[in-house]
Amino acid sequence: MKYAYYPGCSGHGTSVEYEASTRAVCNALNMDLVEIEDWNCCGSTPAHSVSHELSAALSARNLLQAAKTGADCVISPCPSCSSNLKMARWRMQNAEFKAKTDELLDAPTPANADGGADLMETYSVLQAIVENVGVDAIARRVTYPLEGLKVVTYYGCLLSRPAKVAQFDDPENPVSLDNVMKALGAEVLPFALKTECCGAAMGIPDVNIPGSLSGRILDTARAVGAEAVITACPLCHMNLDLRQRQAARISGKAFFGLPVFYYTQMIAYAFGLSREAMRLDKLAVNPYPLLDKIAARREARMAEALKTAGAAS
Amino acid sequence: MNTIRLDKARDPAFKRQVEKESGQNLSLCYQCGNCTAGCPGAQVYDRQVSQIMRAVQLGLKEEALKNRSLWLCLSCSTCSARCPNDIDVAAVMETLRMMARREGWVQDRPIESFWKAFLDTVKYTGRSYELGVMADYMARTLRGWGNLEIAPMALRKNKMPFVPSVIHGREEVARIFKRYAEKRS
Repeated sequence: MKYAYYPGCSGHGTSVEYEASTRAVCNALNMDLVEIEDWNCCGSTPAHSVSHELSAALSARNLLQAAKTGADCVISPCPSCSSNLKMARWRMQNAEFKAKTDELLDAPTPANADGGADLMETYSVLQAIVENVGVDAIARRVTYPLEGLKVVTYYGCLLSRPAKVAQFDDPENPVSLDNVMKALGAEVLPFALKTECCGAAMGIPDVNIPGSLSGRILDTARAVGAEAVITACPLCHMNLDLRQRQAARISGKAFFGLPVFYYTQMIAYAFGLSREAMRLDKLAVNPYPLLDKIAARREARMAEALKTAGAAS
Repeated sequence: MNTIRLDKARDPAFKRQVEKESGQNLSLCYQCGNCTAGCPGAQVYDRQVSQIMRAVQLGLKEEALKNRSLWLCLSCSTCSARCPNDIDVAAVMETLRMMARREGWVQDRPIESFWKAFLDTVKYTGRSYELGVMADYMARTLRGWGNLEIAPMALRKNKMPFVPSVIHGREEVARIFKRYAEKRS
């Protein structure tokens, strides 16, 4: 299937490892990604906090560019981008809102039969993988299973909310990432804070907000016995990984030392893709001791299997 | 404790305006407090979400609009997901934020400045640019020093490029902002 791909701005900066692993994994799963030409920033939270029309106009330009690719839909790894693009299309189904947004654009958006804007739908890459490729196809492709690595999955706010627009998974207890991680051979632990906000971009004006919220998420992850946290959002990842020391200090805890991976990095690892497909070197919290542990568990399991096979013959 | 004269302070047109702009029926709120209970920003709010909802119901415009909570809202939509009467509470908060800005009642200048800095980089380059947003924000507010703590790691990991990514259609994007500014004034 052909997808119009919207990388999002953080793919060029704070989440280069997400961008690299997303592309590599999509390629391995035979998803045909065509990057939207000359895409612009979706405006993120600042745009929709200031004006819905401004936010929709910024997104609409991207969706019009996306239509040129001839793909069926748009996908983006970033939940905030995909939420904004989705929301723009959803709001512009209303003819009055479409007219107000069109006033901001060089040319009006094409109309559909109901007078709303005729724009492409957007999905998160996670949704496209889970719904179009399927968890079974992922499981079949696994070469290096994660050997029961204990993880918690952290979805953040926007993958499944607001539910009426997101139309994906459960807004309170999503399971799509859990299913992906299980297919890779990880043990997914019950985690109550799957969709509790990490503090988003509030760290720029006040580090205490993400510090305390992310501190609580990391502290709970450690308390349930997680060896790693799995995310699907660049902003969540930044708060949990890059700001992990800060979060520990602000929430009055000792440094957690919990590696935080993008789910795509874990898929790339389990598929045995190249180093460039994972970009683990970009993570702030050192992931290598944990990966050594996985390798040691694999060796132990193989030795055990050989011994059993030897005893049987 | 604040004393509010309901006979003098009420503005029934305000509630109708919020309902129209947010598309939500605020009479459905029966003050269960679920929005407040699940709000991740509650710890730093000066007025809780359910209190703001009540203020809107009563038509208490200043109570609803003059608070920092509107700016500290993380837009996570947990309140909307948990409202038993299916009110999109986050949409109400966003509507109030826009109304407060129109009234000139911005109660948290730093957060407003951060948004401005962010949108300015989009206006000039077509994309957001982390280092530019940070520098602009700190220059505007002389705040944000807490972020310097993560700067060494971000730079060592080469996660904050020094050169912004500028798109060909940046003038097209700039025109969107220009038309938006003209419409507002």
